Amino acid sequence: MSVATAFFYLFSIITIASAAMVIVGRNPVHSVLFLILAFVSAAGLFVLTGAEFLAMLLVVVYVGAVMVLFLFVVMMLDVDFAQLQKTVGKYLPVGGLITLVVLAELVLVVGSWNVAPESVLSTPTPAGLSNTAALGQVLYTQYAYLFQAAGLVLLTAMIGAIVLTLHHRPNVKRQDISAQNARTRATAIENKHVPSRTGVPVP
Amino acid sequence: METLLPLLLIVAKSLLLIILGLTAIAYYLLADRKIWAAVMLRKGPNVVGPWGIWQSFADMIKFMVKEPIIPTTANKGVFMIAPLVTAALALSAWAVIPVNDGWAIANLNVGILYIFAISSLGVYGIIMGGWASNSKYPFLSALRSAAQMVSYEVSIGFVIITVLLCAGSLNLNDIVKAQDTQWGMLGWYWLPLFPMFVIFFISALAETNRPPFDLVEAESELVAGFMVEYSSAPYLLFMLGEYVAIITMCALLVILFCGGWLPPFHNEYLDQVPGVIWFVLKLTWFFFLFAMVKAFVPRYRYDQLMRLGWKVFLPLSLAAVILVAGVLQFAGFAAQ
Amino acid sequence: MSVLNDYLPLVIFIAIATVLSGALLVAPFILAHKAPDAEKLSAYECGFNAFDDARMKFDVRFYLVSLLFIIFDLEVAFLFPWAVAFRAIGPFGFWSMMLFLGVLTVGFVYEWKKGALEWD
Repeated sequence: MSVATAFFYLFSIITIASAAMVIVGRNPVHSVLFLILAFVSAAGLFVLTGAEFLAMLLVVVYVGAVMVLFLFVVMMLDVDFAQLQKTVGKYLPVGGLITLVVLAELVLVVGSWNVAPESVLSTPTPAGLSNTAALGQVLYTQYAYLFQAAGLVLLTAMIGAIVLTLHHRPNVKRQDISAQNARTRATAIENKHVPSRTGVPVP
Repeated sequence: METLLPLLLIVAKSLLLIILGLTAIAYYLLADRKIWAAVMLRKGPNVVGPWGIWQSFADMIKFMVKEPIIPTTANKGVFMIAPLVTAALALSAWAVIPVNDGWAIANLNVGILYIFAISSLGVYGIIMGGWASNSKYPFLSALRSAAQMVSYEVSIGFVIITVLLCAGSLNLNDIVKAQDTQWGMLGWYWLPLFPMFVIFFISALAETNRPPFDLVEAESELVAGFMVEYSSAPYLLFMLGEYVAIITMCALLVILFCGGWLPPFHNEYLDQVPGVIWFVLKLTWFFFLFAMVKAFVPRYRYDQLMRLGWKVFLPLSLAAVILVAGVLQFAGFAAQ
Repeated sequence: MSVLNDYLPLVIFIAIATVLSGALLVAPFILAHKAPDAEKLSAYECGFNAFDDARMKFDVRFYLVSLLFIIFDLEVAFLFPWAVAFRAIGPFGFWSMMLFLGVLTVGFVYEWKKGALEWD
């Protein structure tokens, strides 16, 4: 068994085991942390297939960004998950049935696959070119439409996020830095002559 | 035996780098305190050994024999893993940093992306520690730091892109080599990309929770932030992770903008000096800047911090990506 | 397979770093004198006993910040291969990315005008 095979089994086992822990974990924060572990070991699997750019991207985007959001949501929702756990038995028969159906479908679909014997797996990296450069040479030219579509999806996500979550609190004092810098002695200070025993009216 | 020998070599190299690195950290930490003290006209640590040079080691031994406290209400597993994650992640970044031509434990094709990934994971140690403590100050601190680190990572990403546009590779070794021109230090990227250099430096301060962006542990509001409940070695690991992350950011500044191990000018004398010395000298200079900033810049307020990240650095660095790409495209550099 | 040769040292380095940090972490549990009591082990709250559980609901604004971060992080992710292949893909690749960035700048301007970047 080569080192690569050993690492493949190591990462696969960690991925599957931590994915299982995501489901069975009682504490939702623990579930998210196990999901992070699953993503990191999936990144390891990506590296083993030679897709090093995708591996790093998986860590940067999913672990570094999406999981932070998940943690926020889980921490913010503050749902009593212990209470939810008690009702899990009620849904077990239906859930089990659906699982079996999906499993049977998967077996039927995958079992009927015929891999052409003469086909060769295309390598992710052409010779003499790094993984990232190979991706870059086709993504922005050959697949420009899909790339632009991704841009539009991101725009939609951005607008959606703002529409859904943004609400302004009233009566908030904000700092206006340009107004602060524009203040001069002339606009900020006014000299008043205060007559004795009468004072000046306070505005 | 043939397969075992290179393996042992890697292990030996890794151990050497970590041990040398940790020793260096001990002195950088002392330097930090000494510089801070000097700005305030104090002497700083000066009791343990001549000029206090053993201070950090004494501190470490003391941390080891202090009573470790795990609060009863804490989530014990996550509470203990958080400092481990912080320290191990921070150290892991050093595997790809080339201190001389080819002198890296792992010369990855995607080196800069790896460091970007590691630094984006740095937030987890803080969130986990803050959440697991089950105490109010750490929890608030974890929220703050998550939003803060996340905000400045975007501009760090854009700044890295401008460097990559000039260098054309994700490999840290190649990025340094791309700066090796006949103009010496004037050909390094700090000069053509000077605004990016400044943005990266300030974002690095925010990313490592250094003053003036140390709102995570703003002692006047949050006592000690996410580290309130930590004591003994777990606390030591947080401190260690923080300083290793700072040194990593300094190393990134050196590699991306200041020519890594390259001498400032090529002549027969300067070329004789080993590259690693140039690297360490430049790194120490940036650490000195980090320490000086800590000494004389007042802390930001949280709304100011967010404003700087999202409304100043993000549009500036995004515009810079477009500008640099445009210049490269239309000034004929792209044909190279 | 050359890719994997680069990654083996990385895995070994990370393993060593983790083991060393772990050793540091458990050292005081073996070395240090322990005398716990209820007050010492309670959560710090300026001398009071903790009023309630510290995990509370917090402002939705943090959620918005991390959502926006995901979007910009993806934008950066798209820029990485572009920057590397910049010299190879010519003017079409350049304008393709400019259009992409233009679309997202529209989003950014919308965000700014809506005040999503204000922290209050």
